[in-house]
Amino acid sequence: MNQIPKSAPAKIELNDLHKSFGPKTVLNGVTLDVARGESVVIIGGSGTGKSVMLKCILGLMRPDRGSIRIDGEETVGMGQRDRERVLRKFGMLFQGAALFDSLPVWENVAFGLIQGQKMKRNEAKERAIEKMAQVGLSADVAALFPSELSGGMQKRVGLARAIATEPEIIFFDEPTTGLDPIMADVINDLIVKCVKDLGATAISITHDMASARKIADRVAMLYKGELIWVGPVSQIDNSGNAYVDQFIHGRAEGPIRMEIRR
Amino acid sequence: MQFLAAVGRIFIAFLSHAGRLAVFTAIAVSHCFRPPFYPRLILRQMIDIGYYSLPVVGLTAIFTGMVLVLQSHSGFARFSAEGAVAFVVVLSITRELAPVLAGLMVAGRIGAAMAAEIGTMRVTEQIDALVTLSTNPYKYLIAPRLIAGLLMLPCLVLVGDIIGVFGGYVVATFKLGFNPAGYLRSTWQALEVMDVVSGLVKAGVFGFIISLMGCYNGYHSRGGAQGVGAATTAAVVSSSILILVFNYVITELFFAQ
Ligand SMILES: Nc1ncnc2c1ncn2[C@@H]1O[C@H](COP(=O)(O)OP(=O)(O)O)[C@@H](O)[C@H]1O
Ligand SMILES: [Mg+2]
Repeated sequence: MNQIPKSAPAKIELNDLHKSFGPKTVLNGVTLDVARGESVVIIGGSGTGKSVMLKCILGLMRPDRGSIRIDGEETVGMGQRDRERVLRKFGMLFQGAALFDSLPVWENVAFGLIQGQKMKRNEAKERAIEKMAQVGLSADVAALFPSELSGGMQKRVGLARAIATEPEIIFFDEPTTGLDPIMADVINDLIVKCVKDLGATAISITHDMASARKIADRVAMLYKGELIWVGPVSQIDNSGNAYVDQFIHGRAEGPIRMEIRR
Repeated sequence: MQFLAAVGRIFIAFLSHAGRLAVFTAIAVSHCFRPPFYPRLILRQMIDIGYYSLPVVGLTAIFTGMVLVLQSHSGFARFSAEGAVAFVVVLSITRELAPVLAGLMVAGRIGAAMAAEIGTMRVTEQIDALVTLSTNPYKYLIAPRLIAGLLMLPCLVLVGDIIGVFGGYVVATFKLGFNPAGYLRSTWQALEVMDVVSGLVKAGVFGFIISLMGCYNGYHSRGGAQGVGAATTAAVVSSSILILVFNYVITELFFAQ
């Protein structure tokens, strides 16, 4: 594994993570260190377990084996109270945005402030509208419901919700999938800006190499449950790894065989 | 051998299901008593369950009361016991029909809606999002529904009792020519506190069952729209069956000596 040597302790340390669903092995020994303030992008084909990996780190799924340390603290098997405390460090943009469709947009954005930080509703609303402005949403969107928004706007609301509590660690699960290229670039810029502004540690998942190049300090490629290549984004074009080459150039021929048979 | 294996599999699946439901119930109930509480959400559920179910429960109750009078009148005429009509109506409504029919109607209305809403939140990752925003889904989604179900069904059934008896009164006096004052007097004489109380206890249990099965099936749904559909069906079927089972059990506890 080509890890960059670092002096500071890692913000997130994954060690030999395993996760299966019944007979199907999804994660098969994932090891990764993410330094404080670093932005790591995970690439890999659909269904290789990228989302599962993030959910394990968040404690939404329990890994079968392995260790996850956040700020040096082991979180696998953690009790509910400690889990809630650790989760306060996190913000997450879900793959499908996962906005609460029973709440108006501003309450979605303010949710972590009101429920997690017990902020007064009025104050939280102001903060929410501020955060929405940061992702380029005007205040008149605030009263709409998520179902009334376009996909790009939903992603931006999800982004605003993820950064509203100013978390130390932010996860972005396919932030640009399903958006037009221009909107995708807007979202990429927003992610870079938000992460820089907050000084946050970020893990992003994407299929989109343009966004990976824009967001990443380091890139890791997940294939068959393992990280087969980890390296700085500047080396991605000469990784010397046939799998990575095939993926970043999007070729059907190569060592990666798509399982088309059903 | 094949057959035994199949029976065994079904039995094991049943046990694991029952176990999961028991654990779910224990966790959910424990969260009903531990802060933070969400009064705003409890109120919204109470309005949803109590207020918006009034028309359904009212209509069910009034027609049940009406038909009960017709049936018992024509039935008892054979024994020349028409005087017992008021007695039969008030007893059957308060003890059995109002709680059971209201329970079944609300199971269709509310249990299905809960399973669909929570199931959709599950498959669209909204429940995961809740967790990442430092909110416990048991507290935020499930406890308010359980509390509202438990409290509102007795209210609905009390209203149903009154409307049902009134429906019977209307048919008895206007159609069958009973003496209005006499009918009311025999209704009042027949009525015992225990009849109403047992009906309300049933209603509370049914309300809890409806919310529980709606939440449980929704919470464990998976696999997109189809999964949510299956969860909705399972919620209505399982709560209806449990209502009928518990109806017997509670009746036995109250009235079998
Ligand atoms: N809750 C679950 N139950 C069973 N299988 C799951 C579950 N979540 C994910 N999987 C399986 O794990 C694999 C990886 O999923 P995922 O992490 O979502 O892929 P992706 O890399 O596209 O994000 C998929 O094959 C999926 O079917
Ligand atoms: Mg995914």
